[in-house]
Amino acid sequence: MSALLLRELRLAATGGSAILPPVFFLLVAALFPFAIGPDSALLARTGGGALWVAALLAALLPVERLVEPDRASGVLDQLAVRGLSEESVALAKLAGHWLSFGPPLMFAAMPAAALLKLPAPMLARLELGLLVGTPGLAALTLVVAALTSGLRSTGALAGLLLLPLAVPILVFGAGLTEASGSAGALKLLAAASLLLVAIAPFAAGAAMRAARD
Amino acid sequence: MSLLELRGVACIRGGRLLFEALDLALEPGGAALVAGPNGAGKSSLIRIAAGLLAAAAGKVKRASRSALADEGLALDPKLALGRALGFWSRLDGTDPAEAMAAMGLAGLAGVPVRMLSTGQRKRAALARVLASGAPLWLLDEPANGLDGDGQARLEAAMAAHRAGGGAILAASHQPLALPGAALVALG
Repeated sequence: MSALLLRELRLAATGGSAILPPVFFLLVAALFPFAIGPDSALLARTGGGALWVAALLAALLPVERLVEPDRASGVLDQLAVRGLSEESVALAKLAGHWLSFGPPLMFAAMPAAALLKLPAPMLARLELGLLVGTPGLAALTLVVAALTSGLRSTGALAGLLLLPLAVPILVFGAGLTEASGSAGALKLLAAASLLLVAIAPFAAGAAMRAARD
Repeated sequence: MSLLELRGVACIRGGRLLFEALDLALEPGGAALVAGPNGAGKSSLIRIAAGLLAAAAGKVKRASRSALADEGLALDPKLALGRALGFWSRLDGTDPAEAMAAMGLAGLAGVPVRMLSTGQRKRAALARVLASGAPLWLLDEPANGLDGDGQARLEAAMAAHRAGGGAILAASHQPLALPGAALVALG
């Protein structure tokens, strides 16, 4: 398991999937004021929601690199021959993917919040929301990556699959950035994220098994 | 104790029956050579034996550990060959150096996998099987892309593996020296 996890982290670091999402996230944060205008009160009010949409779209970027290269090159077959269950492979991929997706995104949220002039308490709630919500997003990305592995030009299909399922994360994550009623939003965000993380190894494992035929 | 036992195995791919009622048993030191035209189900039989494909009918019993070499290289292209093989050796709890030397790859340990030629890739996939320490080898077209020296090294490794109590199931459309191997003709 630890060898698999280390391999995932190395692939994420060398393949760009650890760099692209935070860069994309920052780019959205930099573009948003151009579209909305420099009104800092308006930016502070809408910025939290905008950053959550950016996080959601950033979660889509690694979807083609997560499972398909391993299926195509036979890595999944070799792991299966060694008796590793698809579920434990999926669990290692989930842990590796979150480690290379969640913390970099949380780091990028700090300059992004400065670009949108978010007040400090809102940044704190945004970071808390990302800490709780990014495991759910990583789990969704993994499941969609496993479901679409073996298909051609999966980018658009992956978006259609992932974005509707990510609505609870978006609703409660963006709700958490509002000052009022943030306690309830945090609990619901944690529940949605936990559910996705709990399902992901089994759903992704079953999808990897099905893709072998 | 058979290392591989197939009983009444049938394979259906894409709605077509490729073979049925196939019986095969491999004892320690035994070998079987699967032959047949393209599309006869040679690779499917190897994958069924490896447990990667479910047989449409019949029973498959396999040694606790097996090693597979098929068309999938399964080595990270950016890594040096030694480290890429080392990843699998760590999972198997073995050392790849001896197997790399046996397949004539000792001088290539520092070369990235993406720079290797077709034949060198095949040798690397076979070196992973050699290093695995598994008693059952499942080889799909192992001689594809190998030069004369590579094929001689492969045949020597197969003979040594069988002498050490291992068994081999190989599918090949090229002549492959497997003395005393059972012939499984498909198609």
